[in-house]
Amino acid sequence: MNEREREEIKRLLKEFVPAAGQTELGRDLWPTMLKRLEQQPIRMPWWDWALLAGVTVLFCLFPGMIPALLYHL
Amino acid sequence: MELLRRFAEGDPEAFEALFRQYQGEVFRWIVRIVRNRAAAEDLTVETFWRLHRAHARFDPARGKWGAWLRRIATNVALDHLRKVRGEVPLLADPPDAPGAHREPGERAELRGQIFRAMESLSPRLRAVVLLALVEEEPYEEIAQALGISVGAVKVRVFRAVRILRKQLSEAGVHP
Repeated sequence: MNEREREEIKRLLKEFVPAAGQTELGRDLWPTMLKRLEQQPIRMPWWDWALLAGVTVLFCLFPGMIPALLYHL
Repeated sequence: MELLRRFAEGDPEAFEALFRQYQGEVFRWIVRIVRNRAAAEDLTVETFWRLHRAHARFDPARGKWGAWLRRIATNVALDHLRKVRGEVPLLADPPDAPGAHREPGERAELRGQIFRAMESLSPRLRAVVLLALVEEEPYEEIAQALGISVGAVKVRVFRAVRILRKQLSEAGVHP
């Protein structure tokens, strides 16, 4: 690709895709942000749930592990 | 610097001050990539939400606030483009457009072909094309926002232009 090809594509794009650089924010977004912060859920990542499920299954299958684990803690 | 230090420590007032100071800048950057005002407003909030969650990772002594902010905003915008692929209202046809000399039918056809060609680009390439060729942002700023080198930006522009030329040529458009 040479500079001419790049400029040709650029010219065509600029003809149909107007620059949005000067678009101004029309309103204050802080109230929306505040709402988002207030709705902050207590989220546990999926791998934490997977780990918890794995440990529970393990304890159900091998209950003898529980006192052994407690002993080592 | 003091404000950034307080933000990094989790001070909600510092976060609000930074939000109010930078929301316009973040919005303008995002709208250049997603080209949709309503989406850009939501994504501005999403950007600050991610910032808020990551405040403890920001070191005001070492990190550059502006670069960090723009990087997060760019990632948020790219995530959005991946989700809504094909739905981005990319093109507009204002009456004072430079190509207003074309016949309406011709413009509509050409618009459709450019739309399809742009759609064929991945979000990463599309963002680079929009920022570099349409918005004419400096390559250094694009590189910083994407977390890549200036050379990599040039490579992406090169690849994107190649794809666009190929797509348009196949559609019978010779720029």
